Amino acid sequence: MKRRKFDMAAMPAKTGRAVDERFQVATPLRRLLNKVFPDHWSFLLGEIALFSFIVLLLTGVFLTFFFEPAMTEVIYNGSYAPLRGTPMSAAYASTLDISFDVRGGLIMRQMHHWSALLFMAAIVVHMLRVFFTGAFRKPRETNWIIGSLLFWVGFLAGFTGYSLPDDGLSGTGLRIASAIMLSIPVIGSWVTSSVFNGEFPGTIIISRFFIAHVLLIPGLLVALISVHLGLVFKQKHTQWPGPGRTNGNVVGERMFPRYAIKQGGFFMVVFGVIALMGGLFQINPVWLFGPYEAWVVSAASQPDWYVMFLDGSTRLMPDWEIFIPIGDGYVIPPLFWPTVVLPGILVMLSLFYPFMEARYLKDYRSHNLLQRPRDVPFRTALGMMAITFYVILTLTGANDVIADKFHISLNAMTWAGRIGLLVLPPVAYYLTYRICLGLQQHDREVLAHGVETGIIRRLPDGRFVEVHQPLSSGGEHGELPYAGWVVPKKMNRLGALGPAIRGFFYPIEKPAEAPVSPGHPPVEPRAEREEIGSGDSRRS
Amino acid sequence: MSTHTAHPGHEQVDVNDPRLSQFDIVREGARRDDIEIVHYEPQVMPGSKAERRLVRTVAAMFLLTGLAATAFLVVYIWWPWEYEMGRGGDKLYTPLLGLTLGIALLGLGFGILTWGKKLLPKEVSIQDRHEGAVSADDQRITGQTMAYMADELGVKRRPLLGVSLLVGLAPVGAVAAAPLVGGLISNPHKNNQMMVTGFSPQDGQKIRLVREDGRPIRPADISAGGQITVFPGIEHGVSNLHADSPTLLIHLREADAEESRRNNERVGHGGYMWGNYAAYSKICTHAGCPASLYEQQTNRLLCPCHQSQFLITDNAKPIFGPASRRLPQLPIEVDAEGYFVAKSDYTEAVGPDFWERP
Repeated sequence: MKRRKFDMAAMPAKTGRAVDERFQVATPLRRLLNKVFPDHWSFLLGEIALFSFIVLLLTGVFLTFFFEPAMTEVIYNGSYAPLRGTPMSAAYASTLDISFDVRGGLIMRQMHHWSALLFMAAIVVHMLRVFFTGAFRKPRETNWIIGSLLFWVGFLAGFTGYSLPDDGLSGTGLRIASAIMLSIPVIGSWVTSSVFNGEFPGTIIISRFFIAHVLLIPGLLVALISVHLGLVFKQKHTQWPGPGRTNGNVVGERMFPRYAIKQGGFFMVVFGVIALMGGLFQINPVWLFGPYEAWVVSAASQPDWYVMFLDGSTRLMPDWEIFIPIGDGYVIPPLFWPTVVLPGILVMLSLFYPFMEARYLKDYRSHNLLQRPRDVPFRTALGMMAITFYVILTLTGANDVIADKFHISLNAMTWAGRIGLLVLPPVAYYLTYRICLGLQQHDREVLAHGVETGIIRRLPDGRFVEVHQPLSSGGEHGELPYAGWVVPKKMNRLGALGPAIRGFFYPIEKPAEAPVSPGHPPVEPRAEREEIGSGDSRRS
Repeated sequence: MSTHTAHPGHEQVDVNDPRLSQFDIVREGARRDDIEIVHYEPQVMPGSKAERRLVRTVAAMFLLTGLAATAFLVVYIWWPWEYEMGRGGDKLYTPLLGLTLGIALLGLGFGILTWGKKLLPKEVSIQDRHEGAVSADDQRITGQTMAYMADELGVKRRPLLGVSLLVGLAPVGAVAAAPLVGGLISNPHKNNQMMVTGFSPQDGQKIRLVREDGRPIRPADISAGGQITVFPGIEHGVSNLHADSPTLLIHLREADAEESRRNNERVGHGGYMWGNYAAYSKICTHAGCPASLYEQQTNRLLCPCHQSQFLITDNAKPIFGPASRRLPQLPIEVDAEGYFVAKSDYTEAVGPDFWERP
């Protein structure tokens, strides 16, 4: 048999044909490579959560190789001298070993913790973006629901993981969690007893939390995240309004190569930032807290940030105990309301918000174009109200530290929180609503009369007027329609002299980044500025 | 600079036409997916100064990544990492790993980003969403297919099948849940565990109050105004197995003790104190944290978790914060050998409140 010469150049084509004959991938692959994604910085917030989740999986698997999820009492005899000879649970001892006796274990632990904090933070910020821009509207309600669930499942993942080291701080958190379960009317004591297998703390809770933390909850997270991304893919991403952009199209870049490359680079950047934080910033130094002992606690015991709002609501709750005089009598402890009822209400509100809004507005159409927050004042105001509520609770979660550092009475802090929680959200609603209306009005004003130049001209009859630079060339009073996108507010290069100070201070507006008109591609920055001057060209 | 602009109306192009450039084929492919590449423009001129500078920048970032990753390995292998007390070089081990790993990943990330953002051509493509693309016909076909399937099964004509299936499946669901529920469930009132602490007398023997190291306590061990955490003097008394038992033993000053005794008698707790000594549960009745900050001057006990405050001189009743129930009081006395013992167990449930507590 004669050996054929190996043709390097024909290799890719030949392999491709061979694969296609078996799997018929050419057409779907082309569709995938070509899929168009709109681009805006605010669309990258969800990616941060996704990327931190990947880092969580990677570092978490490493940690399971060394962690021992058991509450058996052992006497510590590792490298960390101050705790040698101390009786502690095997879970705590193995956490100390990961920190001191596993080479590179501490950075893995810290990267795991930081990426968990980042994961939750990115989810919250991403959720705010989706809320304020109306991206949750039909047809994307399902994805909004999945996203809301992801926050709460992430919350559970965080809490179970935080409890695993069985240190002084996390044990106190677990103690509070058991009290919360205990406070549920009718079934509370049965739930607690079943979860802990008897009285708190029992001897099995760490291994139960372990399997939940490394298998059940991550499994659920992976499933939810997959559906979340699959739906984004299927329903195609929303986009900001702009020239050439309609409800029926997607204007952006094809997924490959540029969009995918940017995603890959962004993943590396997120990963790199987590590595820097994990190495340079200490987090959860469990060796300073000591093992969990039911009789030890210190002031300034705060949970991770995403739990603090519940801690805050617990602190603000007045001592209202409901006594039910039947038989021997029953009680609903005050702890029940801020820790079970409040989160329940919050979950329900977030899950059903898209449907409530659609009903309120009687708007059942599909929306693929985003809205600027100012254009929907009531929603933006509601969002700010929710943020205010959340921030007050979170700050109250640290009110003892604030009271201590700023020399304020602790009781005064509690009362300020109680009053603030009721008074400030409506105030935030009102202010936000007014600010939105003001911004809207200013947009319309600029569209009608042009950009304020700051140049004062004296008229022959002695009056002073400010010169406006018109956006439209269609006569002095030609009003431009509002297109749902950024209206230029500062003079462009044509209308003014060079900037007085060079550097970060821009008296001259830079062209808005998002709308790229198909008819008028952005070529040189200078040309873009001319477009603003002539006005017409911003309409497609 | 070559700028490709769209021209409307697309008849299918023969992709085997040898005159077509590669880009023409790419654009034709996009069109077949209803994507119009309306704008496509290289950002840098091939061979230009700008391109060379960008290529150098990206290459430098990638090389930085290699350098930092190597540094990571060097640190990982050779840097002294084992923990020692004091300010040893081992304290720099984790920061150095983080720094090198972070720089390596950031170099890679920013290199890729620069490559993608600056060197690749800029483009604007428009894709149709095809929303509501499912025609009414298709909806009808799928709907009828499914309805037909239901007909084929014939559940409507043979209702017994459906009913018996449901009746048969219902216990199967319960079978799936049974082991989980049955295995996990645990009676909270077994051995009256929610009402009993380590201070419950064993075989008629009263339980001593002991310190964390297990030594019993004489009245003289605590000076007036002082307090100490005590535990039941039983096996594992000082451990999380008796997480409900930690108790605060307080030596009140004369005047405070007088007031405290008066208030004790008012609620029927006369004789719970021994001399000027009173013992209250340390487990907060709110959420179970140890209420451990005792303010001598005001005789207030503060729980650091949620800031409930209890007035010791008035039966440890809550006077501020979310707690709604006073701390249970442990009746104490001194035994023949002069050590503190618990007269009996707590007379109320210790720890956080629950539904059936009263």
